[in-house]
Amino acid sequence: MGNVIEVRGVSKAYGGVIANKDIDLNVADGKITGLIGPNGSGKTTLFNSIVGFHPIDGGSIRFDDQEISTMRVQQIARLGLLRTFQQTRIYGKMNCVQNMLISIPHRKHRFLDMFGHSTAADREKADSLLEFVGLYGKRMLPAGDLSFGQQKLLEFAMALMNEPKVLLLDEPTAGINPTLINGLIDRLKRANTDFGITLLVIEHNMRVIMNMADTVYCLAHGEILASGAPEAVQNDQRVIDAYLGAH
Amino acid sequence: MIATNTNERLLQIAVLAFGLIAPFLFPAYIQQIALLWIMILFALTWDTMGGQMGYNSLGNIFFFGAGMYICAVVQIIVGGYDVGEYTAAFGAIKVDITDTQYFTGLFIGLAAAAVGCVFLSIILGFFFFGLRGPYFAIGTLGIALAAGELIGAWRWVGGGSGISLPLYPGSDIFPGSADEEGLFFYFLCMASAVATFLFFRWLYKTRFGLALNAIRDDEEKAEGMGIHTMRYKTVAWACSSFFLGISGGLHGNIVHFIEPLEVAFPTITFGIFMVAMSLLGGKGTLWGPILGAVLFHVIKEVTWTHLLGWQWVALGLIIIVNVVYFQQGIVGWLMERFPERFGIRVETDATAQGKGGAD
Repeated sequence: MGNVIEVRGVSKAYGGVIANKDIDLNVADGKITGLIGPNGSGKTTLFNSIVGFHPIDGGSIRFDDQEISTMRVQQIARLGLLRTFQQTRIYGKMNCVQNMLISIPHRKHRFLDMFGHSTAADREKADSLLEFVGLYGKRMLPAGDLSFGQQKLLEFAMALMNEPKVLLLDEPTAGINPTLINGLIDRLKRANTDFGITLLVIEHNMRVIMNMADTVYCLAHGEILASGAPEAVQNDQRVIDAYLGAH
Repeated sequence: MIATNTNERLLQIAVLAFGLIAPFLFPAYIQQIALLWIMILFALTWDTMGGQMGYNSLGNIFFFGAGMYICAVVQIIVGGYDVGEYTAAFGAIKVDITDTQYFTGLFIGLAAAAVGCVFLSIILGFFFFGLRGPYFAIGTLGIALAAGELIGAWRWVGGGSGISLPLYPGSDIFPGSADEEGLFFYFLCMASAVATFLFFRWLYKTRFGLALNAIRDDEEKAEGMGIHTMRYKTVAWACSSFFLGISGGLHGNIVHFIEPLEVAFPTITFGIFMVAMSLLGGKGTLWGPILGAVLFHVIKEVTWTHLLGWQWVALGLIIIVNVVYFQQGIVGWLMERFPERFGIRVETDATAQGKGGAD
């Protein structure tokens, strides 16, 4: 199995604040890769760099053997590399079904497809994915009326609707009722196994990440501190120090 | 939505019937009702941008004026005159064109106005869609204001002195009618408003409608999901300008004389009315702008006639009450009050079990 994303020597600074410095990271095809690190360690910045949300200062990012560090967000998304947001983002005034229907993959879209109608297959898929995340009963409600946790599930379903190759999840369990977290972990894993989507997950909840990830990277102060199997990273003294503030 | 389908059909028939009968029933008000159709077109085209897509354009009136001028210039050319000479004569020229020239000129002019405005919107969109929120609103307002001043300085199209349009010839389209010209343009206005309605009604039911709403709700998210946002925005503005161009061409011919500031680019009257009408009726809905246009226009005309001197106060009051107390507009308020009538509902487990993928 090769790497679907290869990040090499990526740096990003905001003015004088160095958010990412010389980051190397691989996301193995078909696997779940975790990204952990204390608050402000540069995880979300790295996500933003990968999806083209802002230009990087140096280094290279390759997706499927294609350099994407100079591409724009939409182009990258159409290649099949998608992200969800830490602060959930859905289309608030549209109902759940509409949110799903507009999230179909746009990579094959030609000009006239803009004026096409949603197909029966799209509708069926939207319904089944809403069922998958447990929102089927609320599918006619405006997405903005859902609770935060439900919006998160909807955003996840929208991402699946898009049939990405790789999905970058920014803290999927943050703000979700602890009793629902197990269900969510199960769904994330099924997205990986059943739908074949490679995942790169930022997560603060150690239990979640240890349970899911095949490989874990730990960021601290904008640099990769440790990487490897979850247990190895979890027990790494430097990682423990970083989290407990021994720096 | 299913429940409202028959109601909507009835509403459509009622509006259509009114439109067809009104000019014969109230012959004195033909021009007013013709203007009402143009107002409906204004509100519908503005709502595509401001309501459905969330780009509050204060410059949509630009396409109205541009269409008016394009149409006038084409009419003069088809009439066999040199535009520079024609306008330099300030209407003192003896206009002598045949009926065929008049009607070909008019229809080619309207088509050119529509297509010309589409081109203009694509060019403007390229520069202005980089602006978001209030910056887009102010930027587009600048387009309309600048256009008025620029045309005012352009001799070839008559500058500030404007253009007197070729007069409507006698014809036998409506035999025996006292106001043939009024009827002719009335039905053109009605047809263009109905066409606008039918077009956007169709458009909002396609994927295009969903994409516009997605851009309105969260454009960054839409980009992140790979939606061709720029393409959608450009086409939306182009559709809007297409119809606005036609309305401008028609309006110019109804008033016979066009000039840049008051007639072609009336930013603070028509330019603001289109926004106010959409907001009053309920932006982002199909029928809201129409309802808003009817109410606004009727109130405007009634106060103009019976409360002269207070008409601006009355309009200002409507806008203030609308913006402060019910921003969602009339149809928006109805949707909040009776969500189930509009298909907004939670399904209990019992009903959800009958899931057949029917809708």
